[in-house]
Amino acid sequence: MQFLMEFKEDLYANFIEDHRWKYLVNGLGNTLIITLFAVIFGMLLGFLLAVIRATHDKTGKLRFLNLIAKIYLTVIRGTPVVVQLLIIYFVIFGSVDINKTLVAVLAFGLNSAAYVAEIVRSGIMSIDQGQFEAGASLGLNYPMTMIYIILPQAFKNILPALANEFIVLLKETSVADYIAIEDLTKGGDIIRSQTYEAFLPLIAVAVIYLVLVMFLTHLVSKLERRLAVNDKR
Amino acid sequence: MISVKKLNKSFGELHILKDLDTQIEQGEKVVIVGPSGSGKSTFLRCLNLMETPTSGSIFFEGTDITKASTSEVNLLRRKMGMVFQHFNLFPHLTIRKNITLAPIKLGLMSKEEADAKASSLLQKVGLADKAEQYPNQLSGGQKQRIAIARALAMNPAVMLFDEPTSALDPEMVGEVLNLMKELAEDGMTMIVVTHEMGFAKEVASRVMFMSDGMILEEAPPKAFFENPQNPRLQEFLSKVL
Repeated sequence: MQFLMEFKEDLYANFIEDHRWKYLVNGLGNTLIITLFAVIFGMLLGFLLAVIRATHDKTGKLRFLNLIAKIYLTVIRGTPVVVQLLIIYFVIFGSVDINKTLVAVLAFGLNSAAYVAEIVRSGIMSIDQGQFEAGASLGLNYPMTMIYIILPQAFKNILPALANEFIVLLKETSVADYIAIEDLTKGGDIIRSQTYEAFLPLIAVAVIYLVLVMFLTHLVSKLERRLAVNDKR
Repeated sequence: MISVKKLNKSFGELHILKDLDTQIEQGEKVVIVGPSGSGKSTFLRCLNLMETPTSGSIFFEGTDITKASTSEVNLLRRKMGMVFQHFNLFPHLTIRKNITLAPIKLGLMSKEEADAKASSLLQKVGLADKAEQYPNQLSGGQKQRIAIARALAMNPAVMLFDEPTSALDPEMVGEVLNLMKELAEDGMTMIVVTHEMGFAKEVASRVMFMSDGMILEEAPPKAFFENPQNPRLQEFLSKVL
């Protein structure tokens, strides 16, 4: 009984009093905005990089672009995302007044693109050479073959890996606090600093992330089942 | 229609095609036979530049296609239908869309025209009821008939067949060969790489024997099978007939 009473008081102090739950809601909002736009940006750039790399691997063309893409992938994948975030905020945009959320979207998007690129490239390379040849034999040019024949098949194969990248990114944005963005993690931390109680706010943050990830995983498996329709006998 | 002059193809050190010379006229049905590794498929794939020749020329309707730009090659390939050993249907598209994709995306037909064309082609290959199914729901023989329909949808001037029955279960070979026979009777110019000697005898206007990257003998089927000149061909025929 004693324990329940204390728990209720803690809940009140951490989430109800002074509307502290708003830190979590606002933080969650920021986390979702940053993740969503970073994912869109990362996917677009990642697909572009992957097509450049795969085209080079398949045809030997685009040597210069491929070199740039390779350097980009090496640098991004070889350095921590926090460092990239700090450099983009304090170095690249150090002397301009810029929306911090935009910086975060840019930084996480640029980072994610490198991982997406390698996932997509592996997807493209896994498609049978005969599919490229079939497209070419019908007179389709390389970009058309890529867009209508290769990428739809590659996308289906790599969907689980792409979804995983999305989930990783969602969790990675928890370092946004480094440039003083009040994301979900920061929201929990602010409550902790006000109530001097670590357990409830941080567990709450963890549970919210977990629910989000489980929800996303569920969506992906639904999508996968739909895409698998034409594999059925 | 197609004229090949001093065609050479090497893969690195490997010299696959050695100074090939031949001529293929409109309406001819040329069947290419020979032992594996003789360069038959490579030769066929050079004709629509799936493989880039190392040297020599290929004239198609008067122009040297080995000197064509990439976009010219794409235009050329519309006129040369190709059927592959492993079908290479697009697994993510329905049968109908497999057939209509290229004509629609290349702006050659409206969607309605392409659909009508697909329906009539499916009728022709005897698979009208499969239009909305996916390739994986079909048997090997059916897949290959669809692949032929897909190539025909481009209204090609010539059809190239690269071992079209080699990947099929024996009982499905007949349906594909019968369809090819019909095509031949319709007057289609055909170049066929195959191991089906019966087909060569029955359908070919000329049979070509390739060995070690060279054309060792070319003759109408009767002379080819009954009176072979080249000792290599005699040996080959003694093994396969």
